[in-house]
Amino acid sequence: MKRMPIIEMVGINKSFPGVRANKNINFRVYPGEIHALLGENGAGKSTLMSILAGLYRPDSGTIKVKGSPVRLRSPRLALQAGIGMIYQHFRLVNNLTVAENVMLGSPGRIRTRGDLIEKRVRELSEKYGMAVNPHARISHLSLGEQQRVEILKMLYRGCDTLIMDEPTTVLTPQEVKDLFNTMRLMADRGKAVVLITHKLNEVMEIADYVTVLRRGEVVGSDHIENLDENALTHMMVARDVIFQELNRATQSGSTVLEIKDLTVPSDRGHAAVRKANLELHQGEIMAIAGVAGNGQRELVEAMAGLRPIRAGSIRMQGKEISHLSARERTAMGLTLIPEDRMGMGLVPNTSVVENAMLRNYQFPEYRRGGLLNYAKLEAYTHSLIDRYQVVVADIHHPVNYLSGGNLQKLLLGRELDLNPKVLIAAYPVRGLDVAAAQAVNEIMLEERSKGTAILLVLEDLDDIFRLADRVAVMYDGEIKAVLDVSETDIDSIGALMLGAQRVGV
Amino acid sequence: MRLRLVRRNNDSWLIKVAVPIASILLAILVGWIFLALSGYEAAETYRRMFYGAFGSAYNISETIVKAIPLALAGLAVSVAFRMKLWNIGAEGQLYMGAFAAGGVVMMLGDWPSILLLPLMMVAGFIAGALWGFIPGVLRALWNVNETITSLLLNYVAIAWVGFWVFGPWKDPNAMGFPLAPRFPEAAYLPVIPGSRVHIGILVAILVAIVLYIVLKYTRWGYEVRVTGESQEAARYAGMDVAKNIILVMLISGGIAGITGMIEVSGITHRLQQDISAGYGYTGIIVAWLARLNPFAILLVAFLFGALLVGGFGVQTYGIPYAIVLMLQGAVLFFLLAGEIMMKNRVIISRED
Repeated sequence: MKRMPIIEMVGINKSFPGVRANKNINFRVYPGEIHALLGENGAGKSTLMSILAGLYRPDSGTIKVKGSPVRLRSPRLALQAGIGMIYQHFRLVNNLTVAENVMLGSPGRIRTRGDLIEKRVRELSEKYGMAVNPHARISHLSLGEQQRVEILKMLYRGCDTLIMDEPTTVLTPQEVKDLFNTMRLMADRGKAVVLITHKLNEVMEIADYVTVLRRGEVVGSDHIENLDENALTHMMVARDVIFQELNRATQSGSTVLEIKDLTVPSDRGHAAVRKANLELHQGEIMAIAGVAGNGQRELVEAMAGLRPIRAGSIRMQGKEISHLSARERTAMGLTLIPEDRMGMGLVPNTSVVENAMLRNYQFPEYRRGGLLNYAKLEAYTHSLIDRYQVVVADIHHPVNYLSGGNLQKLLLGRELDLNPKVLIAAYPVRGLDVAAAQAVNEIMLEERSKGTAILLVLEDLDDIFRLADRVAVMYDGEIKAVLDVSETDIDSIGALMLGAQRVGV
Repeated sequence: MRLRLVRRNNDSWLIKVAVPIASILLAILVGWIFLALSGYEAAETYRRMFYGAFGSAYNISETIVKAIPLALAGLAVSVAFRMKLWNIGAEGQLYMGAFAAGGVVMMLGDWPSILLLPLMMVAGFIAGALWGFIPGVLRALWNVNETITSLLLNYVAIAWVGFWVFGPWKDPNAMGFPLAPRFPEAAYLPVIPGSRVHIGILVAILVAIVLYIVLKYTRWGYEVRVTGESQEAARYAGMDVAKNIILVMLISGGIAGITGMIEVSGITHRLQQDISAGYGYTGIIVAWLARLNPFAILLVAFLFGALLVGGFGVQTYGIPYAIVLMLQGAVLFFLLAGEIMMKNRVIISRED
C-alpha cells in the first residue's frame, strides 16, 4: 500500500552556535499514524519538530505537506498548513476560560460567537474523548486538563498533524491512559500524531512507527512490530545500557532524621504538608512517591530549612533542627539536591567555577589574605569535574552551556563533597537521558552504601523499585503510607498516589 | 525583506574596537545632515564641539570635572545593579550626601581642612547610605519595589535641600538667591593648580578599584553576584539575602552620597539647589553602557563629560541648546545600537 505522507521532511539541516542539531534528516509521517520520535536529551528531536512547527527555520532541506512543498516561516503558517505543536510548557492564559483560550488567536473576526465556540469545543472534546468543561478557568485545571485544552486548541484550528513534546511528563498514570486513548482516536480519524519522548515503555505502548535520533541524525526508523525495547535502547544510546538489578541488601542502621507531625504552609499559605511523620535511617534510600504537587516540594524545602514550618518537629540525630538556618543544617550534614537544578541548585549565567564554589567559598581554606583564592577554587573545580565525570569544555564558561546530565553531576558532586549524613534529592533524574540517569542512580547507591541516609522524591515508579528500600506515598499533603519496597508492588503504590480522588473532571 | 538578529558566538577584538568607532562616526554623520538641514555650518559646529571638550588643557580639565560625578554616580548604581536592585535613587542620595557635607561645614566650618574634608566625606557617605537604606530595608523585609521607592525619595531629598537653602541656611549676602553661605576654604577639595579638576578624580578611581576587588575577590562580592543571578540559589546556599540587599543599598547610596559631597566641596563650594545636572540619572546610563564594569564606567563617564562640555562650547557659537541635546542623543543612540550590533549579527533575508 503506497500512501501519500502527510508530512515529508527531506535533508533537513539545522545548526546552532557550536552544535549541529539536525544533520541531513529525512522524516515522514503518514495520516492515521502515531509516530514516536525517540532519542536522548539533545538528540535533536525538539529542534526537528520546532522546524516543523514553524518556530525555527532549517538551514537547508525541504518540507512537504500532503505532497506540496511549503515554507513554514512562522507557527501561524505551520498552523495554516495543519501542523500544531504542544510544548511541555503550555501556552495558555491562566485567567481566561477554556473556550476563551481555544478562541484566542484563531483566525476570524474580532467579535466571535462565544456560544458557537463552546458548542464546537464540546463536540471536539466528546469526539476525542477529552473531558473538559469549556467554562472552567485554566488556573483551576490540573496539568492534564490543561493539556487537553492545548489539544482542543489545535483541533479547533483544524490541525491534522499534532506534535506533542514529552506530553506524559506532567501526567498521572490515569491521565496518561486518557491521553493515549485520545491520541488513538485522532489517528483513527486520519490525523497524524508525533510523540516526542525518551520513554521506551510509552513508545512500545502507543506508537505505530518509530524514528530514533541520535546526535542529530536518524539512526533508525521502523514499524513498532519490528522492534523491541532492547533494539530501541541500542539505537538511542549506541551502547547496551544494562538494566541491571542493583544490589539492595538491607543494611539500614540507626535513625538519622525524624519528622513528627510536620505541617508546612505552601506559598499561598494553605497547609501543603499536613502532620507528616517520617523516619529516615542510616544507609537506606527512602523514596517519596506521589503525583507532583502533593506537598513533596514543600516537605523537602522545609527539611532543608528553605521554608518555614507551621507545626511539628524535625530532629536530626536526636537534635531539633527546625529552628536552624539552611546553612546551619548543611553544616550538620543535611543537604538538598533541589528540583530546580538551574536557578536554585546552580546559579545561571555564572561560570562552572563559580557554581562549584557555592558551598566552599565560605571556608577559610579557600581564602588567602581575606580574599577568595581562585587558584585553589579552580583546582577544586577540576578535581570535582574529574571525580564526577562532568563534561565541561572550560570551567570558566557559563554553566548554561552544560547538558542536564552534566549539570546534575556537578550539583550532586558539589553536595556530596560535603559528606552529608542526610541527602535529600528531588527528582534527581528528571529530564536526564538514560546514560546520565544511570550515572546519577549509581552515585546515589554508592552514597547509600557509605551509610548516608537518602530521601529521594521520585516520579517514576520503576525508579522507586530500582533504587529505594522503603517508599513513603504522599497524597494531598499527607504521608499515606510508608512501605517496604520488597513487600509492595507498583499497583498498590499507584493506588495510594491517586488517593480516593477520581482523576479528570 | 526581513531583518533578523542572530547572536554572535564570539566577539573578536576587531569588532569590539570597530563598532564603537563606527557608531560615533555614524552619529556624527546623522548630526551633520541634521545641522545642514537646519542651516548651520556642520563642520564648524563639530570642530567647536570637539574643541570645547578636548581643544585645550582647560577644556580637557572641564571635561574631567563633569566626568567625576558621572563616574561616581555610575559606580554607585552599578553596585545595586549587580544584585538586580534597581536603585534609581542615586540623584536623591547625592543630594542627601551634599546636604550632610554642607551641614558639617555649617557646624564645624572653622576646623582645619585635614579633619574637615574627611568628616564631610563620611557624613556624605552616611547620609547617602541612609537614603539608600530606606528602599533597601523596605525591599528586604516587605518586598516593596525599590525602583519606585528610591525614585520617589529623590524628590524628597531635592525638596529637603531646597528647604534648607531657601530657609534656615540661606546666605544673607546672596541677594535673595537660594544659596547657603560659601564654604570656608578649608572645606574646598584640593585642585590641580590652574584648573577646576579636584581630588575627586582620585576618589572615583579609588572607588572603581575597590569595587572591582570587592566584587571579584571577596566572599561578599561573590554573594552579591550569586544573589543577582538567582535569589533562590542564594537562599539555598545559605546566604542572608535580606542582609545583603540592605548592605548593597547602603553602599550604593553611600557612594552616591560621596558624589554629592564632592560636588559641593569641589565645584559649587556651597550648598545650593541645583548641585546635580541629573548625574544620578545619567549615571544609570553610564553604568549600563559600561556593562557595570567599574573601569569601563570611568571611561564612559569621560565620554559623557566630553559630550556635556562640548555641548556648552557650541552654544556660544549660536547653536540652540536643543540641537546640542539632539547631537548628544544621536551619539547615545548609535552607541546603544552599536552595542546590539556587537552582540548580534544582522541577517537580511529576502522574503519571496
